[in-house]
Amino acid sequence: MIGQVLRRLLTMSVTLLVISALIFFVIKLPPGDYLTNRIMELRATGEAGSVAKAELLIHQYGLDRPVWQQYLIWVGLMPGPAGFSGLLEGDWGWSFEYDKPVADVVGDALWLTLLVNVTALIFVHLVAIPAAIYSATHRHTVGDAVVTVLGYVGLAVPGFLLALIMLFYANRWFGLSIGGLYDSALTNQPWDGEKIRSLLAHLVVPTLVIGLGGTAAMIRRMRANLLDELAKPYTVTARAKGMPPTRALLKYPFRMSLNPFVADIGNLLPHLVSGSVLVSLVLSLPTVGPLLLEALRNQDQFMAGFILMFVAGLTLVGMLISDLTLVWLDPRIRMGLR
Amino acid sequence: MNALLSIRDLSVAFRTDSGRFEALHRLSLDIPRGRTLALVGESGSGKSVTAQAILRILPRSAEITRGQMLFTGEGKPVDLASLREEGSLIRSIRGRRIAMIFQEPMTCLSPLHTVGDQIGEALRVHTGADRQESDARTTEALRKVGFPDPKRALRTYPFELSGGLRQRAMIAMALIMRPALLIADEPTTALDVTTQAQILALLGRLQDETGMAILLITHDLGVVANIAHDVAVLYQGRLVESGPKTEVLRRPGHPYLKALIEAVPRFDMAPGERLTPIRPARATIPPAREAQSLSGPVLQVEGVSKTFTLRAGRFFAPPRTVRAVADVSLSLEGGRTLGLVGESGSGKTTVAKMIMRALAPDEGRILFDGGAGPRDVHALSGEALFAYRRTVQFVFQDPYASLDPRMTVRQILSEPMEIHGVPQGVRRARCTELMAMVGLEASALNRYPHAFSGGQRQRIGIARALSLEPRLLVLDEPVSALDVSVQAQILNLLKDLQKALGLSYLIVSHNLAVVDYMADTISVMCRGRIVEEAGREALFRRPVHPYTRALLAAVPDPSLDHPLDFRKVTGDASNPVRWPEPYRLAPEEAGTMVEIEEGHRVRLSYLAAQKAA
Repeated sequence: MIGQVLRRLLTMSVTLLVISALIFFVIKLPPGDYLTNRIMELRATGEAGSVAKAELLIHQYGLDRPVWQQYLIWVGLMPGPAGFSGLLEGDWGWSFEYDKPVADVVGDALWLTLLVNVTALIFVHLVAIPAAIYSATHRHTVGDAVVTVLGYVGLAVPGFLLALIMLFYANRWFGLSIGGLYDSALTNQPWDGEKIRSLLAHLVVPTLVIGLGGTAAMIRRMRANLLDELAKPYTVTARAKGMPPTRALLKYPFRMSLNPFVADIGNLLPHLVSGSVLVSLVLSLPTVGPLLLEALRNQDQFMAGFILMFVAGLTLVGMLISDLTLVWLDPRIRMGLR
Repeated sequence: MNALLSIRDLSVAFRTDSGRFEALHRLSLDIPRGRTLALVGESGSGKSVTAQAILRILPRSAEITRGQMLFTGEGKPVDLASLREEGSLIRSIRGRRIAMIFQEPMTCLSPLHTVGDQIGEALRVHTGADRQESDARTTEALRKVGFPDPKRALRTYPFELSGGLRQRAMIAMALIMRPALLIADEPTTALDVTTQAQILALLGRLQDETGMAILLITHDLGVVANIAHDVAVLYQGRLVESGPKTEVLRRPGHPYLKALIEAVPRFDMAPGERLTPIRPARATIPPAREAQSLSGPVLQVEGVSKTFTLRAGRFFAPPRTVRAVADVSLSLEGGRTLGLVGESGSGKTTVAKMIMRALAPDEGRILFDGGAGPRDVHALSGEALFAYRRTVQFVFQDPYASLDPRMTVRQILSEPMEIHGVPQGVRRARCTELMAMVGLEASALNRYPHAFSGGQRQRIGIARALSLEPRLLVLDEPVSALDVSVQAQILNLLKDLQKALGLSYLIVSHNLAVVDYMADTISVMCRGRIVEEAGREALFRRPVHPYTRALLAAVPDPSLDHPLDFRKVTGDASNPVRWPEPYRLAPEEAGTMVEIEEGHRVRLSYLAAQKAA
């Protein structure tokens, strides 16, 4: 088992390396980069001092070297002008756009992103699982139909539209400030009780908006899975033993129907970051989604590269988590049968 | 008489798309205490519906429309039919006073929970016992049903157990609360004969110990003759006959029961006697063709071995291997039938796959003579291999899984011909001809497999195998998935087709009666080796090898004159180390085949063989 995990970790690092190369070269594909574009702009306006600074940056980050060397320096496998200083050494690079280290720009946004999306995820499961169980056990009843219709509505309404509507009413009824994850007055304040309270209040709308689409999809899938499992003979066995219906349901068919969802964790984590960009923009949430979009548009290469690497890392970690959970959950996989 | 369960006027109806369908019509039946009542009938006759109705676990589309079921399991009688389906009263009876075991022990146990967890569950549900107590009682129950190491079995998962042990676990689960009534729904249908005999013996023993009543649902009259006390026969949802076993089986009154008895292959059939199917099929068998005369056998398997490598274990450990087939030799004359018999895991299907060239042997060769002299099947390539594929065809065990549900019968029958370049016009004519040959209407060609019953599907499977006019058919358990009432039809059809088309058959089966009915020569396999081979007559009348004898002794015979001797079914018969001298083989010893009369060979240990020589 431990050997398995070690082997997985090894393949993961190789995968990450390959991904990092892909990301870097894809970012580099369009001609020019942020600094050369900027220099051209500055030359046109004739600001000699700024031009000198930009050229210094070019040299400092080795942007005048061949692309493969730039890549190795970025990853930290080759000494740059400032010695070994790349991702491997914990240096995430410089954001030219913000003129700050990437870590400073992204820092808060990363944790807020995870917060918003994990909350949405928990919301999805809390709502979808009971709804799906109800819907599957009360098939072809009014309740099932209501859940189904609501589910389809949730699937069909675009997130950004819902976001706008909810923002409007949240502001009108509860006096919540529009947009952001906390009151804009608190932006530069330390994290104290008031700011956290403001954060929690602002979390409701994004959670609902991001969560609803996923909830609907999950109800549909879970219901279908459960219906398959409910027809299986071991469910009948459990009934024939005299188990109360709910207990039997949770112990046997429900547990069996979980596998596909566990296998999905790997896809969920990266989706957390990249999936809610549109909603984040509309709600002007300080999350990484909009930052990534901007960085890609401006060819802010280290910033874009870091965020993409972060997403890739999340994907791999998610895959690992889901595989390990499956092993723990399903003895058939544990015993290497199946 | 004070019956344990007294069913009166019970009717069950299903709601279907085409209206209501009455699956059970005014059934009245008494299940006496401490006895075994066998409920006999073909699929669709309402036997399983009866069982589900008693436990009130009918499918949602079914409902009890009238009647009552008085259960006097404890104190005053309860009418099960009047209880609420998920009410606490019926739940307290389920699993505690009335328990049930099912046909397919694999799918009836959850693969995600340990055996111990699932067995002890009834105890925890009904008595509120804690884990420790339930584990102790479960260990006890597992010991009682014959688990070799009950403590360890607690922590195993169903898929780690053999079919026989799984069914034992199911029985332990049903009996842990010492129910007054055990409903056994085809408890041995999915098992090998020897395992079946052991399970039947176990049920009998447990009944003696606990005094429970058993409602045994089965279509196998052999099983009925051996463990039932009373018999009730259902036909199309109605009770047509009931009474003590001896009366019913010796003097069957209803034509359906008479026909059922006629339709099952028995060992004491006269040579050349034909089975009488319950519903005769109207197949148009083409006039007999002169079989091509060959100098030698059509198929020869010479010293074939196959070893499978299991998944690599831990780091650096050598991969584990399993010897599936060891030095097997067979010979099949043109126009004849060779039966390959053995329990599951004996390697018989692996041999069949190697003949089909779906697997390659590690050693040995397989020679096939298509008329131009014997050629090594596994050395064929290109055109010759393509031609070989035409001449050897396969009929599968499961007629449900072996036909693509998205293809019409015409497409199914035409596909092999398309692959082998038969022109369109010929294909169409051939399809019609094939349908007539297997006794189906040509108008059914445009329908999909789901529109057919199991027996009809198997006939489609046979027609598909015949579409390329093969010389050899490999039949892998061709009737074991079918209802008894249609088995006879299929077997007779195969016999008629063989005569008419000059086909050679290799029939692989664990059902000795079927092999006895079909085969000319028989080879018995155990743990990858042939242990005895002989002509049909010699093998069944004068079996020599202890394994063959054990197999034959385990077949429940429907006639009351040959009851099973349950003391003899110990489960050691497939272990070569436990065989008596001169058959005993040391671990890893191959032994050697010795001819004891013409065409009758048996495997002896080297030492014994040398002494004899």
